[in-house]
Amino acid sequence: MSERTSRRGVRSSRWVALGAAAALLVAASACSSDDDEDHGSESNDSVAVGQPPIAPPETTGGETITLVTYDSFPEADTSLNDALAAFADQTGIDVEILVAGDAGTMLSKASLTAGNPEGDVMWGVDNTLLSRAVTDGVFDPYVAAGILDGSVTIDDAFTSLVPNGEAAPVDYGDVCVNYDIGWFAERGLEPPTTLADLADPAYAGMLVVENPATSSPGLAFLLATIHEYGLEGWQAYWSALGANGVEVVESWTQAYYERFTWAGGPTPMVVSYGSSPPAEVIFADPPRNDSPTGVIEDTCFRQVEFAGVLRGTDSPDAARQLVDFLIGEEFQSELPLNLFVYPTNQAVDLPQEFVDFAVVPEVSRSLDPAVIDANRSIWIDEWTELVLG
Amino acid sequence: MNRLPRWLVAALAIVPVVALAVFYVWPFTTLVVEALSGTAIADTLGRPQTWEVVWFTLWQAVVSTAVTITVGLVPAYLVARFAFRGRSLLVGLLTATFVLPTVVMGAAFLALLPDSLDRTVWAVIGAHVAFNVAVVVRVVGSLWEHLPTDMEYAAATLGASRWHVVTRVSLPLVRPAITAAATIVFLFSFTSFGVIRILGAPGTRTIEVEVWRRATQLGDIGGATVLALLQLTLLAVVLTWSTIAQRTHSRALALRPVAPLRRARTRAERSFVSIAAWMTALIALVPLTALVVRSFSTPDGWSTNAWTNLGRTDVRPGLRVGIDPVDAIVNSLINAAWATLFAVVIGGVASLAITAAKRHGRLIDGGLMLPLGTSAVTIGLGMLITFDVAPVDWRASWWLVPVGHALVAVPFVVRVCVGVLRSVDPAMTDAAATLGAPPVRAWRATVVPYLWRPLGVGAALAAAISLGEFGATSFLSRSGGETLPIAIEQLLGRTGTTLQAQGYVLATMLAAVTVVLVVVIEQAQSSRDRAVGT
Repeated sequence: MSERTSRRGVRSSRWVALGAAAALLVAASACSSDDDEDHGSESNDSVAVGQPPIAPPETTGGETITLVTYDSFPEADTSLNDALAAFADQTGIDVEILVAGDAGTMLSKASLTAGNPEGDVMWGVDNTLLSRAVTDGVFDPYVAAGILDGSVTIDDAFTSLVPNGEAAPVDYGDVCVNYDIGWFAERGLEPPTTLADLADPAYAGMLVVENPATSSPGLAFLLATIHEYGLEGWQAYWSALGANGVEVVESWTQAYYERFTWAGGPTPMVVSYGSSPPAEVIFADPPRNDSPTGVIEDTCFRQVEFAGVLRGTDSPDAARQLVDFLIGEEFQSELPLNLFVYPTNQAVDLPQEFVDFAVVPEVSRSLDPAVIDANRSIWIDEWTELVLG
Repeated sequence: MNRLPRWLVAALAIVPVVALAVFYVWPFTTLVVEALSGTAIADTLGRPQTWEVVWFTLWQAVVSTAVTITVGLVPAYLVARFAFRGRSLLVGLLTATFVLPTVVMGAAFLALLPDSLDRTVWAVIGAHVAFNVAVVVRVVGSLWEHLPTDMEYAAATLGASRWHVVTRVSLPLVRPAITAAATIVFLFSFTSFGVIRILGAPGTRTIEVEVWRRATQLGDIGGATVLALLQLTLLAVVLTWSTIAQRTHSRALALRPVAPLRRARTRAERSFVSIAAWMTALIALVPLTALVVRSFSTPDGWSTNAWTNLGRTDVRPGLRVGIDPVDAIVNSLINAAWATLFAVVIGGVASLAITAAKRHGRLIDGGLMLPLGTSAVTIGLGMLITFDVAPVDWRASWWLVPVGHALVAVPFVVRVCVGVLRSVDPAMTDAAATLGAPPVRAWRATVVPYLWRPLGVGAALAAAISLGEFGATSFLSRSGGETLPIAIEQLLGRTGTTLQAQGYVLATMLAAVTVVLVVVIEQAQSSRDRAVGT
């Protein structure tokens, strides 16, 4: 409600500005006699915000729609992309992938372009950011056909996060600190086991995290520490981490592939996923049958990712078909070994490597979405001040 | 009287006036209204962080200015007083540095400095100094060379040492020029954006960068507009103060056309000239060289990989980072072509209108200069928050970025053209009229032909500006539509050496294209000056 009022406030200020500009236009061009360029536009004040997404079903075929996603989503050459090609074969709708940075950056862009989006469907807004997406009107609510007719079963814990069908829960996992097993073994150092350990001077300069303002795992890790230390205590913990030489980068790809020792970087611990270890087994060259990286379970925060139809898409029907497909078994079964997340579709069998090596913590941390929503930007501001100051 | 009909003048004026009203005045007013309404103003001004950013912006600008003036006075004196081999080359080199896109200068310092100094305030100040030494040389140098040498000789005859002559006689005399140069350098450093985006750490943010961060990363549009307005207010205060200061310190000087340059005579003078000339050349050359070198260097030695494999940004099979350097080059060229077209059409028509409309012309002229006084970030933010509702929801329009660029470029096109058009001898138009040509035809035959040449220069300027534009583009470009400066910033923000090297490749290309464009402009300008002179 307050959001509507504030948007209307913005709109009326817009017309004040237009009026001023028009007045100046008239004044400046006093030598020209007639100009009624901008007067007609007031009538457009009636455009509704958040209008219900009713559009006539379109005939599809030969259409191309754009899937906006984060930078760890493969653009080509994987079985995930093959699945999208299968979607094109079945429906005649081609899917183009547009990478828009890490999830935080992607959502910021989506907020600024809400109503006139960069694509048609967005993949990868997570539970830490979902409320911002909803408040900013990024998505057109749509309940996927499979959920409506019961052909797709998704855990209530996930669907209850989107009671009005704001977006579809497509995958979940845990954001956890990973460590390079070999690196610690070589130095005869026991890897840390708790969040508190990370601030121990014995582990100085050994952790790289993502900036919570730009990256969703970064935000999830911040929330994990808030879960542990509380609204009043997390600042002191981060001061200690800062004093202990924590490194901050902008995105997960950068943290994992450019800074983590296992991928050739200088830092032996990184904020990544509970399912990163199986990735290391699968991509191992030469092949190996144990994971070179481990997970510190105490640091894990539950992350649920969503996909939704972007408000303002030119192809709402095709976009909805894609969302239906994204929670379908065919696509969902490709998620574990490509994005290293758990599918939300319960009919999908997990691949063996995944079962063997992925870490599902006994208790994963989480925070009430309403609490996250009310505090997110304050926390990020405070965190920035404290850690990057 | 031989006056152009009012309808023609009005028709000419309507183009720039509408463009200015729609793309500048309206967004700017939206921004101000947005900033002043609601609670954003109280929230933003009440946040201690805001004042930390303001304080940082201020002190780094003051230090940058002080160091630039100190460093720049030596080459200013050198160029104003001495004839030596390579003098014009040195001046050209400084000019080339000054016109480099801010992102390129940031990249050059990132390439130059060791990791420990990267992303510190010292790197930022270093880049500001290297950038702006040219301003001091141009502004102070040009007054200095017109300063009569008699007083210096008189002081020397009375026994003053060379040091005393410079500090007690010359410097006080060029003080107004120093104030003017300091003001310009301060403005550039205060509103620094590209350099800080590349070299700054989160703790070293100018107001300009904070505006961008709040709007695009935190989604705090209200706070961003308040900061943009705060910056404009602070700048207005500084400008007013500087104008007053220049007025109180100005004094009548018996200026000569140009005091003759002389060769260094004594041994001390000779070594001063060669040391000063080399030091200045190094300031300009070293960062650029570092840029080129880094584009060829990898942890395993020299390699042309980054050049030949430009565009391969895979971090894992199938997984790219979403930045395609080759696309960025294409996007930049397309944007620059359109921006140039827009700027040339609007600027050309505006120039005709300004010279034809006489009194009203000055209004249009002043109006078109306004975007120059507003930071590019403010322009981008204003456009972003204005053009996002139907029927003006233009966020996805391909032409929005080029229009933003054109807005920044038009003032330059107008300056170049109006100067030439004003110098057209009215006697020619009168002669045409005497021979029976109606006013419009006389004007078309005698005035309009003079537009083409300066318009060509303006086009080159507009292209250079568009290619390097970063502030407004940071707000307006969409995923997949990244321009060169945006791609450079993103690539250099990564830590992987492959990606960084590709960022340096792009920065080298951008630097080269800009320098070529500027050489073309300077050649065209100087050949015109010669033509006018004969």
